[in-house]
This record gives sequence, C-alpha cells and structure tokens, in this order.
Amino acid sequence: MNNHRWNNPRNARVWKERLFRWAARTLTGLSLLVLVVLIGHVLASGWSHLSWDFLTHFPSRFPHKAGIKSALVGSLWLMGLVFLISVPLGVAAAVYLEEYNRKGPWSRFIEINIANLAGVPSIVYGILGLALFVRFFRLERSLLAGALTMSLLILPVIIIASREAIRAVPKNIRLGAYALGATQWQTIVHHVLPAAAPGIFTGIILAMSRALGETAPLIMIGALTYVAFVPEGLMDPFTALPIQIFNWASRPQAEFHELAATGIIVLLVFLLLLNGAAVWLRYRASQKIRW
Amino acid sequence: MKERWIRWILALSALIAVVTTLSIIVVLGEETLTFFRQVSLWEFFTGTRWEPLLEPKSFGILPLLSGTLLIVVGSGLLSLPVGLITALYLSEYASERFRNVVKPLLEILAGIPTVVYGYFALTFVTPLLRQILPSMQVFNAFSAALVVGIMILPMVVSLCDDALRAVPRSLREGGYALGATTFEVSHGVVVPSALSGIMASFVLALSRAFGETMAVTLAAGATPNLTWNPLESIQTMTAYIVQVSLGDTPAGGIEYQTIFAVGTVLFVVTLFMNILAHQVMHKFREEYE
Repeated sequence: MNNHRWNNPRNARVWKERLFRWAARTLTGLSLLVLVVLIGHVLASGWSHLSWDFLTHFPSRFPHKAGIKSALVGSLWLMGLVFLISVPLGVAAAVYLEEYNRKGPWSRFIEINIANLAGVPSIVYGILGLALFVRFFRLERSLLAGALTMSLLILPVIIIASREAIRAVPKNIRLGAYALGATQWQTIVHHVLPAAAPGIFTGIILAMSRALGETAPLIMIGALTYVAFVPEGLMDPFTALPIQIFNWASRPQAEFHELAATGIIVLLVFLLLLNGAAVWLRYRASQKIRW
Repeated sequence: MKERWIRWILALSALIAVVTTLSIIVVLGEETLTFFRQVSLWEFFTGTRWEPLLEPKSFGILPLLSGTLLIVVGSGLLSLPVGLITALYLSEYASERFRNVVKPLLEILAGIPTVVYGYFALTFVTPLLRQILPSMQVFNAFSAALVVGIMILPMVVSLCDDALRAVPRSLREGGYALGATTFEVSHGVVVPSALSGIMASFVLALSRAFGETMAVTLAAGATPNLTWNPLESIQTMTAYIVQVSLGDTPAGGIEYQTIFAVGTVLFVVTLFMNILAHQVMHKFREEYE
C-alpha cells in the first residue's frame, strides 16, 4: 500500500514539494539560529566584565584590571576623521558621476574602477596604506595614516550608495529648478542633494559601520595592540576596538577571551546604534517623500 | 566661472577612485618586482614549503594557496547551497511578513565584524567540534571555513534573492498553469532563468572568502601546511600577511617584500573573480520584455 503511494507519480511530486519546503524552512531557520547562538555566546562570556571600569581603564597584563579606554577613544577619533575625509570626497564623486558626466567613456572607466575597488580585500588596502601613507608620506603609525587608509576602503561604498540615491531623484525636480533660472550647482545644492539626503546618509552610516569593524587594514598600517594612553593629535599612535578585541582573542588564556567578548559587546552596541539610525532614516524617508 | 571651478573639484574627487586603483597596482608591483629579482617565479609557484621567516628560507606559495583554497572550498560548500535554498524560500515560498523579518536579521549577520566571527570560531565552534572530532587541532581549517561560510551566507542570500526576484512573474505563472508544484517551478523555471545572477553571486561570495582575513587569522592557525585535511592547522595568504605585519619586520628586507608578493596574488585573483562575476552578470543575462 505504502509502496503504491510512493510509486504514484503524483504523490511523489507532492512529497518532493513538501520535503523541499521543509528543508528550505529549516535551513533558513538555522541561519537565524546561528545569529542567536553567536550573540548569546558573546553575551554569556563577556557580560561579567562589563562595567564602567572596563570602559574607563587602560588595557593591562592583569585581566581583572584591563579596560578598553584607549581603544574606545581611538575608534572615536578614527570614525570622526574617516567621516571628515570620506564623506565630502564620496558625495562629490557621486555628484560628478551622476550630474555632470553621466554617459561619457571617462565616466564608464571610473565606474568600472569603483566596482572593482569595492571587491578588493580589505587587507590589500592595508598593504596600500602601509606603503603609501606610513612609509612614502612618512605619517608613521599615526591616526591620520589609519584614517586615510580606512577612508579609501569605504569610499566605493559611499560613492555607490550616494549615486543610487541621487539617481532616484526625479528629473522633474531638476527641470523645475532650471526653469526658474537656477544654475546647475544651485540646482544640485538646493534641490537634488536635499532630496537624496536620506539615501546618502543611509549609505554613509553603513560605510561607517564597516569602518568601525574593520581590523585587517589597521593591523597592516601598524595600529598598536597595546596602548596605555589616549591619542591627542593626528600624528599620535593609536589602537581601536577591533584591534584590542583581536589582541585579547589571540591570547591563550581564557580570561582574556572573556575580555575579548566584553569588547565585542561594546563594539556591537555601537554598530547597533549606527544601524538603528540607518533604519530610522530609511523609515523617515519613506514617510516623508511623496513624488 | 564658479560653475566651472566646481565642476573641476568634483571631477577631481571622482578621480580618487582611479588614483586608488593605480596606487594599489604601483605599490604592489614595485615591491613584488624586487621580490622576484631574488626569488624565481618557478620557486614561488611550485615550491612546497613556505618558510620565509626561518633559515634556510624557502618561498613556495603552495602551502598558503592550499590553506586559502581549503577555506574557500569549505565555506563555499556551506554557503552556496544554503544561500541559494534560503533565497528560494524567501522569494518563492515565504510570506511578505516573513521576508520583512528575516531580511533585516540577515543584514545584521552581514554587518558583524569579521574579528567577531574569528572569536566565535575559536571559542565556540572549535571546542564544540572537538568533542565530536577529538583529532581536530585547536587551530584548524574546518572551524574557520565554517564561520567564513556563515559570514558570506547573507551576501549569497541577498544577491540570489535579487536575481530570483528579477524573474518575471509571467514565467512562473506559465509553470503553474501547466500544473507544476512550487518546487518544480523553482528548479525548472526560476533558477534557470536567474542562473547568471546566481552564478555571479557565487563568484562574488567566493572572492570574499578568498580575501577574508581576521576570522582565518584567529581560527585557522599560522602553520603553512600543504594539506587537504581540514582538521589540521593551516595558514592562508591573508593570515600570513597579518603575521608578518604584527612582527617587527624592517622595511626593505625580503620578509617585508613577501607580503607584497602574496598581496599581489591575492589582489590579482580577487580582481579576476570580480571581473568574471560582472561579465557573467552582463553577458549571460536573459532579457525579458
């Protein structure tokens, strides 16, 4: 009887369908489960060290005294500098490619360049930063060298996102401004960029969260793994959150692994705040803009 | 006049992309050429021992290449099928509400820094797997490949999902009108129609795995090891570069130049994969009107 059911071609097809649906649902669920396990594991290992002292103490050989102050300040410096360098450049490049030189062969060449740069492994940017900024321009292992390297890394992300946002602004808006006698630059500054702003900001935030978590390029340019001071200027050596996490995680002792987990909690909270801001911006934009 | 100045300033900003590409090529090329004046191409590409930091030095990149390939193949075996099936589930089966919950969660998975995945592999995945496979070493390719697979999974899902959703509805309805089940429509109509996009997403994801650094540095070890056994400690090209730059290697020495030689291989391979992916996407795209 059972045999008969399986041999019936119609039933076999239905079973295949059910089996696939079940397998697909399970796999989708499993990938989400991984996220839960990962965050659960980090919280369980790192929670006990999380305290105000952890945020305000310098790293130390003694796990119970160690804190993340220098890395936290270093990351904030780095984020600020990367923002100042990469946002104007990225948005300007996007404006040029979308508004001034949309179709030319030159524009196409730049476009291919940007697409390929987006796929270059981050460690290659680290090698570039090491040879170009640290050695050639003699910036040494400074905040500035780190910020410049990281800016090059996230520029393609900002340019691509800004271009998409600018392209989504309807042509009528531009034509309306021109009809009233505005120059091209006035049209861009007063009409196109404000309309594209939510999309541009979302792209910037995602790029900044990428920069916050990137580790390899900073190791390459020689961000120090042990820093017991706070950087005070552009030319000071520094460390950053992911470097400090890497440093703790690569030690053999279990206590340092717990510190790494605590560091990860701090890093993830920052990333969550950034991403929350991006979601909020996207939501607000969808509420506000009606064309 | 002002308009013209602005145009030039903007054009210069756009030029940064070209300058960056050129600088990468010049920087890598220069030191790599110096390197190959001392080490023959033959030794570099066929040598089976990578010991540039020990005497006598040997510069065969094969162990680093095999380590990297173990990670790429392992992570691909996990993430490509799972990613495609998840994307199929999201685009063909799941309700709009389910999609709206799952996609942001996958984005979170994609946004977690790679150093966190390395930590996860080292302190969770490996200890867990070692209870089942006692012969597994503390640093091993298996756990690293597993977490790299998890890491590139969201990318596969999101790119495949885009490709699947670009298939016009009418094709699916043609399938359903012939009495096909959802599975039959998926693998008989939707996947073949979206094949170029799916292939491109696979290539892009594998290229990510190829250049992935922190997870493999933390979890896969630092022993250049020409092996196909994923339970052993290995070293990838990226992990080697990190290892050298963590030490005090003076500029100008041959040890310093090795990171540029290895970096060049890394850059050329990933560039080739990216160009391939874009070609696949543009050349073999089925056009529907």
